Amino acid sequence: MSDLINTTIIIATVASGIRLATPFLLASLGESIGQRSGVLNLGVDGVMLLGAFAAYYTVLKTGNLFLGIMIGLILGALIGLFYAFITVNLQAQQGVSGIGIYLFGLGMSDLLFQKLVGTPRPIMPFRILHIPLLSDIPIIGEMFFDHSLIVYVAFLLVPLLSLIINRTTYGMNIRAIGENPEAADSLGVSVGGIRYSALIIGNMLAGLAGAALAIELGIFQHNLTNAMGFIAIALVYFGAWRPLGVMAGSLVFGVVAAIVLQCKTLGLIPRSASDLAAMAPAIITILALVVVANRFRQPTALTKPYVRGG
Amino acid sequence: MRRFNFGTVMLVVLILTAFCVLPAGVMAAGKMLKIAIVAPSASNDLAFTQSIVDGINAVKKERPIDLAVTDGTFVVEDAAAAIRDYAKKGYDLVIAHGSQYGGSLKEIAKDFPKTAFAWGTSADTFGLPNVSSYEAASDEGGFVMGMMAAALSKKGSIGVVGPIEVGDAKLFVDGFVAGAKAQNPKIKANVNYIGSFSDVALAAEAARAHMAVGADVLTGTAQMVVGAIGAARSKGVAWFGTQADQTELAPEIVVACQVYKWEVILRQILADMDNGILGGKKYAITLANDGLMIEFNPKYKLPDTVTKIGKKAVMDIKSGKIKPLK
Amino acid sequence: MNNLKTKMISWTIPSCAVLAALIIGAIMLSALGANPIKGFGTMFASAFGNLDGLASTAVKSIPLLLVGIGICIAFRASVINIGGEGQMVMGALLATIMALAFPGLPAIIFIPLVLLVGLIGGAAWGAIPGALKAYFNVSEILSTIMLNIVAVQFMNFMLRGPLIDPGEIERGTRIPQTARLPEATDLPLLLEGARMHLGFLIAVLAAVAAWILLWRTSLGFRLRSVGLNPAAARYAGIPVKRSIIMALAISGAMAGLAGAILVFGSESHRMVTDGSSTGFTGSAGFNGIVVALFAGLHPLWSIPSALLFGGMLVGANALQRAVQVPSALIIALNGLIVVFVVSSEYFKRRVQTVQTDPKVQKTVSDSDKNQESDNLKD
Repeated sequence: MSDLINTTIIIATVASGIRLATPFLLASLGESIGQRSGVLNLGVDGVMLLGAFAAYYTVLKTGNLFLGIMIGLILGALIGLFYAFITVNLQAQQGVSGIGIYLFGLGMSDLLFQKLVGTPRPIMPFRILHIPLLSDIPIIGEMFFDHSLIVYVAFLLVPLLSLIINRTTYGMNIRAIGENPEAADSLGVSVGGIRYSALIIGNMLAGLAGAALAIELGIFQHNLTNAMGFIAIALVYFGAWRPLGVMAGSLVFGVVAAIVLQCKTLGLIPRSASDLAAMAPAIITILALVVVANRFRQPTALTKPYVRGG
Repeated sequence: MRRFNFGTVMLVVLILTAFCVLPAGVMAAGKMLKIAIVAPSASNDLAFTQSIVDGINAVKKERPIDLAVTDGTFVVEDAAAAIRDYAKKGYDLVIAHGSQYGGSLKEIAKDFPKTAFAWGTSADTFGLPNVSSYEAASDEGGFVMGMMAAALSKKGSIGVVGPIEVGDAKLFVDGFVAGAKAQNPKIKANVNYIGSFSDVALAAEAARAHMAVGADVLTGTAQMVVGAIGAARSKGVAWFGTQADQTELAPEIVVACQVYKWEVILRQILADMDNGILGGKKYAITLANDGLMIEFNPKYKLPDTVTKIGKKAVMDIKSGKIKPLK
Repeated sequence: MNNLKTKMISWTIPSCAVLAALIIGAIMLSALGANPIKGFGTMFASAFGNLDGLASTAVKSIPLLLVGIGICIAFRASVINIGGEGQMVMGALLATIMALAFPGLPAIIFIPLVLLVGLIGGAAWGAIPGALKAYFNVSEILSTIMLNIVAVQFMNFMLRGPLIDPGEIERGTRIPQTARLPEATDLPLLLEGARMHLGFLIAVLAAVAAWILLWRTSLGFRLRSVGLNPAAARYAGIPVKRSIIMALAISGAMAGLAGAILVFGSESHRMVTDGSSTGFTGSAGFNGIVVALFAGLHPLWSIPSALLFGGMLVGANALQRAVQVPSALIIALNGLIVVFVVSSEYFKRRVQTVQTDPKVQKTVSDSDKNQESDNLKD
């Protein structure tokens, strides 16, 4: 009996960690693509918040989850377009313009929410999507294949993006302009064009991360993301700009948070120490990176605007 | 790295000056009572802040009130600045609606002896004649709902999602757990303080963690529980709410809510002010003075036996037969 | 060349950017049903229009300025410190512990002592990501963000537990705050009748000190060299690792000092938490980055920059009180101003280079280099 309960709890904890990791994963995948092309975006959290509100409001008004996700993606794409314009064409300082985007998203999403919605009203969240056969595998099935569609999408994006970045010409170009834009340019690669596309895709993923969060929770609130976007940026560094690494980072962060939560629920952590326990995801993420001894260096052209002949 | 020279910054300041027009004059004088609320979360949060705004609005129907609200003021120093500003602008009553504002209010109230201040939730007026304190005996409603939760639970396991173990939240949670134990001494009542008033996603996962260990009735307090309610709703697990009526968030699963009716004590504070008394008193809303109400969700099919347990508990607390945390 | 004209243009363009953002803000205000002229008027009047407003603005700008100074030093050494929030919290905590531990000291010793301890607390918390970067190659962006989380939870633990006001336990209310700190630690007010306190003077002095450090000391030279070209710096015999730790420690020290000043200059004269870092810092750890970058990473220009942003924050709160418009609007507007001004730099550079030499058309990058060598000369 107690054995059974333990298995149930372990399954639930891993599943919870996967759910918690999903928005981080989507946002950090997006950020890593932009950074790979040489552009830092500190505004992820703002994009997530706007994506979250847009998706929430769309679903509230139409009841259509798919439309909500699409609006989140489109909003992300628009911000990506704008961000590409100011960082590529106007060569704006990336760190500070990203913080500008963050502040804009933080304020705007809250303002729109207060004016258009006001009192939090629930929307219907995603349904759990059972995958035939896979969901039926004992333990593994419940841990990994008992989630909503968006969770599968996020994790399927990992091999897909890995493939795109490492195996396609487009991916090669992204890496090239992030490392040595002058050389890439001389070979006829459009540095501006690739950065535009990378930023649009990256911010779409950030918008999707926000949309996924709002729909998964079925609610919106002031500062819904609670600075998740900044943690997502940190996880990009954890994952050394590689989709697999980013996934590992998101999972470490999510699963540790879930374990702490479960231990608190079971009363394994005394209440006076619960604040100390809440430090665990952050500390373990740092330690993991120390132990792994990160030998990767960041894209050489990161944060440097490209000027032909400069 | 670009540099903005001093001139640029000065010019920016000049542009702002161009927008400078003296703000409109003092409000029209009259018998209108000017009341200001400074509160930490949004005034429509379906929780703590909404309760006080609703309270004033209820009193507003009875007498003319000019209400100003500064909500979302979670930065304590900003709240202090707002409280001082309202006092300086001649508001008759300034309500500091957050226990974390007390330290600041204690200093500010001394500087404005002719202004009435109210501070909640707390039971401390700092010995100042112009500060009233107010609190909610949220342990009472917590106790009642805890009893109902224990009676409702089929698996004998319930879960609580809390923010940080302080003030109103702690009082409610302690009351709830005590009520559940009183109804069923063997009940498993797990409490999870997630360490945040704002992390909706973590609150949702905390609710799921409770359900994973078998909890089939949940409750929680503070504004981040909207996440927990969503998680409970997705699994069809019953929910007890507090601070405001949360039924519309999940009509299928909300059993009952403890609703705060601050107007009960606000009326007393205003009546005192009419007589020139600016404070010095401690107020509490309780089940007995109808400041706390247990509102049942008519759409939830609650077994009669459970409803009876709840109603009896309310009567017993009102009559003093049950003292929740004693 | 026409120097005056160039200068005029270099002022006009960012101002136009701010104006553009304000026009958008005005449109948003009208959309919300508020009179934009009255709105902005209220904002400005309350932030700069009278002694009270100026004092509030000055006080609000203290943490922005101090964090900003730290950012100037760190960023110039090519270290990205996003850990201002955590460093403020740790500095404040350590200083608070000090204030509670030795209640009997006279103000003249006590105030410098607690502020110094705050500075040390921040420095220590900043040195950790420095050491992690120097010896384990852990990105400081990752570690400073993560250490913010750790610091906040540590603050919650300390204020709920070991440091809680004994009166809170007696009353059973358990508000996570310390007892009122000894009066000898209250930062004295500088002006009769306005709430500007000693902290502002300290912050301005710190800005001057940072300027001296960066451009008049060998440590400053080393930090800047590491920032410009770490390989060359290493070749020149500069201890790069130690410089990185130093840069983050100094940056953290400034933030720690800011945290301590927040506590001892607060209305409540105690440390209190609402569970988040923002509730204590008002996000100064992040906003200070904007202040520093807006000032071109120059400690002295950070002073007007901090006053500007401080005034904007004070004005935003006043706006909410006066016309009942959510202060979220001003946060969004702040973001727009930052984006617009940073973007407008491009036009400024273009106009400047065209002014200097119409024939040069590859322009922007050259002006980049000029500007960089300018900064070095400063």
